[in-house]
Parts: sequence; C-alpha cells; structure tokens
Amino acid sequence: MSISREDIEKVAVLARIKVDDEQVSALEKDLGNILDLVDQLSAADTDNVEPMAHPLNATQRLRPDVVTETNQREAFQAIAPATEDGLYLVPKVIE
Amino acid sequence: MHNKSVAELSRELESGKISSVELTQQFLDRLKREDGKYNSFITISNEQALAEAKAADAIRAAGKATVWTGVPFAHKDIFCTNGIRTTCGSRMLDNFVPPYDATVTENFKAVGAVCLGKTNMDEFAMGSSNESSFYGAVTNPWGLSKGEKRVPGGSSGGSAAAVAARLVPAATGTDTGGSIRQPAALCGITGLKPTYGRVSRYGMIAFASSLDQGGPMARTAEDAALMMNVMAGFDPKDSTCIDREVPDYTATLNEPLKGLKIGLPKEYFSEQLSPAMEEQVRNAVREYEKLGATVKEVSLPNAKLAIAAYYVIAPAEASANLSRFDGARYGYRCENPKDLMDMYTRTRAEGFGNEVKRRILVGSYALSAGYFDAYYLKAQKVRRLIQQDFINAFKDVDVLMSPVSPSPAFVQGEKTTDPVTMYLEDVFTIAINLAGIPAMSVPAGFVDGLPVGLQIIGDYFSEARLLNAAHQFQQVTDWHQREPQ
Repeated sequence: MSISREDIEKVAVLARIKVDDEQVSALEKDLGNILDLVDQLSAADTDNVEPMAHPLNATQRLRPDVVTETNQREAFQAIAPATEDGLYLVPKVIE
Repeated sequence: MHNKSVAELSRELESGKISSVELTQQFLDRLKREDGKYNSFITISNEQALAEAKAADAIRAAGKATVWTGVPFAHKDIFCTNGIRTTCGSRMLDNFVPPYDATVTENFKAVGAVCLGKTNMDEFAMGSSNESSFYGAVTNPWGLSKGEKRVPGGSSGGSAAAVAARLVPAATGTDTGGSIRQPAALCGITGLKPTYGRVSRYGMIAFASSLDQGGPMARTAEDAALMMNVMAGFDPKDSTCIDREVPDYTATLNEPLKGLKIGLPKEYFSEQLSPAMEEQVRNAVREYEKLGATVKEVSLPNAKLAIAAYYVIAPAEASANLSRFDGARYGYRCENPKDLMDMYTRTRAEGFGNEVKRRILVGSYALSAGYFDAYYLKAQKVRRLIQQDFINAFKDVDVLMSPVSPSPAFVQGEKTTDPVTMYLEDVFTIAINLAGIPAMSVPAGFVDGLPVGLQIIGDYFSEARLLNAAHQFQQVTDWHQREPQ
C-alpha cells in the first residue's frame, strides 16, 4: 500500500514535525514500505475477536482523591528552555 | 575484579577484601580506559558513583549491607536519574537532567548499589542495532579482534556491550519488541524481559506503553535473578503495574529440571533462521534433554502476523507518548521560533532523528481519522490472536524455546538503508511483547566466532522458572563465561 505526498504532509502537520520536499520523497518510500509490511494484517480473520489493550486485561485503578504531590515548581522550571516569574515562556499566541 | 559476577563481587565486599570505594574506582578507571572502543556509555557519573560507594561502605560498616550494597552496575539511559543527565539517546533530551528518580532507579539506590553511569541506546529505544543513537553507534566487543565493527543489537545495545566487555557486571535494559533479548543474544550475555506489569515503568521514558518493560542484563542467570529481586514489584505510580507478590528469584535457581516440558514453536525454526544458528539452538535444547526435560513441537499459527501488528501498535503509542516533547517545558527548543507552530514543528524536526520521526508519522497516520479501525483496532484484534496462541501452547508445555535472532551480530551499516529490513531482526522476539509474557535470552553457542542466544519463553509471571532453567543450563555449559578478545 502506498502513501501519497499529500498524506505525508498532512500527517506531518498533525504530528507537528516540519518536513521539507526532499524528506517527503524519502518518507514516501520508507512509509510505503512500512505500510506494505503492516498490510499483512488485512488478511487475518478477526471476526468476533475483542481488541486487546492490556495483556492481563487489567483496568485502571482509582486512588483516594487526596493531594500526594508537593509543589516543585522551581525544580521543574530550572530545566525549562525559558521561564519568567514562575511561568513558562513560549512565542506569543494572542496578538 | 572486572571478570567477577554480581554475586562474586558481593562476596568480595562482604569478606572485606575490598571496599566499595576501591572497587568503584577500579571499575571507573577501566570504563574510562576501555569504552573508547565500544561507545557503550553516554554519561559516566564519576562523582555520584564514588559518593554512593562511600555511603555503601558506611552502611556495610554499620552492619546493614544487602547483597547489592556497594556493587557497581549501570542504567540504560532511559531510566530517569535525579541529578544525572538522562538523554534516551536523543538530541531532544541532550540537556535533560531529571528532577526525580524512576522507581527502578530508586529501588537500586535503596539496596545500596553503585550506578557508574548511563548506557547508550537507540534513540527512544527505537532500533535493533544501536545505530539510531544521537551519541553514535555502539560497537559489539565480539568481532573487534578481527577488525570488524559489528552492532551490539538494540535498543539496549550499550548495556549489552558494556556487560559483555566487562565494563560493568550488570546493567538495566528495557524491551518493547526485543530490546533486551536481541542485544543480549548478539553480545553473548543473559537478559530477561519480565511479564508486562512486573517492573514499574514510572520514570522509564515511554516508547510504547502497552509493550514497554524494564528488565535485567547480566552475564549469569543468577545475577539476573539478583537484579529481578530489586526491580520487580508493585508501584502505585505505574497504573499498569500488577499488584502481586514478588518471589525471591534466587530461591528456586537450583531446582532440578527433570520433567520440564519444552515446546519448540515450529514457526520459529523457519527459513528465516540460518542453518548454523539452528544447529546451535537445537544443541542447546539437547542439553536440556540431558537434564531430564522432554521436548515436543508446538505451533503458534498467528506468530507470522506479529511484526505487522507491532508496527501499528508501537508507532501509534509512540506518536502519542512523544507528543510531550514540544520545546515548552524541558529538553530541546529550536532557535528563534517565530510563532508557536514554528516552535513545535522545528523543535521536533531538529530534536528527533529519522527513525523516531518515521515511527511518529506512521503512528499518527494509523490513528488519524478514517484509518483508526483499519489499522489500530485491527492490530489490537490480531494481538489477541497472538496471545491466544501462547495461552494454548502453555496448556501442553512449561516453556517454549527458540532462537532469539535470525542471524548473529551484523556489520554496522548493513541494515540501515531500509527500515523494514531492520524490523525483521525482531521476528522471533516481538510476539512475546504483544502477548505480555516473559522471555529470556541465554548464551547458547557461537557461529563464526559470534554469540548465539537461546530464547526461553514462559507463561505469565513465570520469571522464576525461566531463571531456574537458564541457571541450570549455565551449570552444564560455559557459553556465558566466554570473554570477547
């Protein structure tokens, strides 16, 4: 199964990864090969088979609704690319 | 000292013949002298290691030592270590110094083990050759004497190479599709991928959350058991961890194997396996027969679909997990972003390597509108068929045995042109992750001077039995003691 240039460009936007024209060509081939491999699945008979998410069918546990974490803002922000007054700085979003 | 196992080093420390500070210094000196050949470490944590060694000696002096107190080891650079850089083999985390410890990291600290540093790995654990690391490829110690630069396997290739080269007696690894077992096989060491949910994933940087599992890599099954005693256990911080009693994995190592029922999955002795590899694996199975085991052929009819199912599920989960790397809170950020979208897309284009980007794109595609049912849901259904094959097989036999990889360690660069060629390297390991069962890789011979691994696969939570089977094999063979020249 092949994947079109338009599909790759669309998925790259969804995945928030910048790709240039040259990379799209390489990806067209590589992703096409991967999707060919994956295409073997379509031959499998999966009628009446339940999809499997956790090998032991475990479900999410609930914990008591109490505060367990302490505030570590300074430790967390010490490793951030840009902060100011306890806030994370990113490029302007709203004019 | 560098040739000794964890169990032996522990006895040396206990006898007082050497202190942990002396032992740690010896290992650090050797590591700095030798690792230029292998590139198996990304970070050597010299000062922290010596501080931990000093603390270990004090604990021993106070009479509170455990088996692990003062014994050196290393962590794969996927486990967060408080105050020590944790890169996951990626430029994206080149500057990331975690403000917290993974649960596995915490567990090793609690028993007084000394972490010498962080081992190299495929970027975000995506690879089978350790060639996708931002910090350069790792070279397998086997083959070097002939001037060959071979891969150590991946993604835990740094851990495997370091243990094989006697730079550390043991190291942690993680296994999403074979990333402990295949490098263990290619480097001639012992590795175990536990049952999904046996070892906490908290603080272990996520690749594919329904498949990822941490586990031990060492030279002997006994050392792997000692590591499992530290690593296994329930952790409320990992919502998929299983709350179930942890046995002492060393307690049953010496059980006799008489009557052990071994199944050989016929699909794993296929044309993909070279005849020379098959001969070594079958010889290993014959050793088990001598130990009193019985052997029969079994079938895993859906195993052939495992790679296809994996390359939907793993990339899909990776695309979601790796969305957290946005350049806003930690890790890499591109220079001078002109707006928020530019910051995200350039940060991720520059911070991730090619294999990681390919998998994120495949995963995003498989999860995107119109494709979810055809890919992700279909793959999850096939996953259940694969699991059912194993459940059926374990009605008849105690363990399954097979090769780990189709061929021994290949030359660097040999499989990098087409990603799918590399994916086929995991043809015998990947179904185990999909089913969530445990499996080991045990040194079982050589082909052209390169190590061959025997895979021992067990039912859910049968790690103690696998370690027992591996240990008994290591009492009558010496493949695990062979040292690369």
